Amino acid sequence: MHLDLDDIDKIAHLARLAISPEQRARYATDLSAILDLVAQMNAVETTGVEPMAHPLQMTQRLRPDIPSEPDQRARFQAIAPLTESGLYLVPKVID
Amino acid sequence: MQNKTIAQLAADLRLRLYSSVELTQHYLERIARLDPRLNSFITVTAEQALAEAARADQLLRSGEAGPLTGIPIAHKDIFCTQGVKTSCGSRMLDPFIAPYDATVVERLAAAGAVMLGKTNMDEFAMGSSNETSWYGPVKNPWDEGRVPGGSSGGSAAAVAARLCAAATGTDTGGSIRQPAAFCGITGLKPTYGLCSRWGMVAFASSLDQAGVLARSAADAACLLDEMAGFDPRDSTSAEVSVPDYVDALDNDLHGLRIGLPREYFGGGLDPAIGDRVMDAVREYERLGACIQEISLPNSPLAVPVYYVIAPAECSSNLARFDGVRYGYRCADPSDLEDLYKRSRAEGFGAEVKRRIMIGTYVLSAGYYDAYYLKAQRVRQLIAADFRRAFEQVDVIMGPTTPTTAFALGAKLDDPVAMYLNDIYTIPANLAGLPALSIPIEPLAGLPVGLQIIGDHFQEARLLNVAHRYQHVTHWHQAAPPGFD
Repeated sequence: MHLDLDDIDKIAHLARLAISPEQRARYATDLSAILDLVAQMNAVETTGVEPMAHPLQMTQRLRPDIPSEPDQRARFQAIAPLTESGLYLVPKVID
Repeated sequence: MQNKTIAQLAADLRLRLYSSVELTQHYLERIARLDPRLNSFITVTAEQALAEAARADQLLRSGEAGPLTGIPIAHKDIFCTQGVKTSCGSRMLDPFIAPYDATVVERLAAAGAVMLGKTNMDEFAMGSSNETSWYGPVKNPWDEGRVPGGSSGGSAAAVAARLCAAATGTDTGGSIRQPAAFCGITGLKPTYGLCSRWGMVAFASSLDQAGVLARSAADAACLLDEMAGFDPRDSTSAEVSVPDYVDALDNDLHGLRIGLPREYFGGGLDPAIGDRVMDAVREYERLGACIQEISLPNSPLAVPVYYVIAPAECSSNLARFDGVRYGYRCADPSDLEDLYKRSRAEGFGAEVKRRIMIGTYVLSAGYYDAYYLKAQRVRQLIAADFRRAFEQVDVIMGPTTPTTAFALGAKLDDPVAMYLNDIYTIPANLAGLPALSIPIEPLAGLPVGLQIIGDHFQEARLLNVAHRYQHVTHWHQAAPPGFD
């Protein structure tokens, strides 16, 4: 599998990662090599095999729909990069 | 003091031969003197440790001590520790002071353990050499020109160098067992779900598991006794009853059925390591075990499958780092997209970004079935191999790693070569099985690990099997020269 520079730009955008022009070729080489390694799994036939999403035969546990977490907004906002009046600040989104 | 077992330290503390404050000062002095050579700690919490030790001494005096009261340990910097930086080895979390304790941290503290600090690691636990840390590489105490392994490389180096009595770690594809093998210590990855993941920074959620790095199986059992068990705050925590791991250590091994998978002794394995492993297996025969060859035919596909599943889960888990709520934020973002993209580009290192990119690609429209679903189907086949094997044998043995510790920088520019280090450790993660590594006879002065894999929730059996070997051999007692 060979990824080209356009593929790299598309993936980087989906992943919300800024990639400098000089890094693109290196990513194309490295990711293509990893996908070549991954392609080895195509050697085995898996028709009819149930996909394994979880290592144990477990079902999702449910709990009663009542609040279990105390309000810790002030504590959590204390470690945020930028807040004001209890709000997280981001660059202007709507003109 | 630093060469004593945890049971000996606990007994000494109860007899007041020395206090926990003295023991803690002893380790802090060793860290200050020796760790500049190794870089195994990211944060040393000296003041807090001495305060915890003083409290431990009060409990010891009043006869209210728990099993680990006053024993100094370290936590991998992936576990949240309230009020203390939890960096995960990343610039992204360099500013992050955890607002709460991880369950594992909370339980060990409740048992009386004293936290000396937080250990270095590969960034977000992605790496096999501890070279991807934002805080610089860790050196192997057996040869400071070599890597300690990873991702729990700081924990492994610190335990081997006797800078703490034991340490926590996490293992997603070998991150406890591989560094334990490279540093000559005992490392246990429990069954998926045995130890809570609550408060443990997520990498690949269907694989991540907390465990222990210690100098012996007996020491590991002391910690696991406290760490293991159901936690309602972790939705994947296993609701199983937990046995007493220390109680089972001395069980007899007569009739133990050991399987040797032929796929673990093929090309890629340093033949001298294969010889060392077979020497250890013969020791088990002398202890009464029966040996048989088995096959895990799909295990050679474990690395390819892992490099779909782990990056896919990582790209999803690490989407939370947006420069808004916590962690690193770039300077002067022009708009919201620029804030996301540059905060992530500047906050994450090269290996983390590679894996996010791979994960994003294999989950993207049009590729999901060919990569992610295919990998989940092959994962099922790998797990089925183990199910069949455990109908015939009690434990599986083989090498932990294909080579001994390699030189710093040797594989840093070749991701695929780095990934192949974990060829023998990844299958247990995919199947969710418990596995441990113990030191056997070294090779040219470098430690070699024997891997022992058990069926689900057979940790007591694994620790028992490891302990009996350590009862009749002395490899686990060897200290790196200059750190003894």
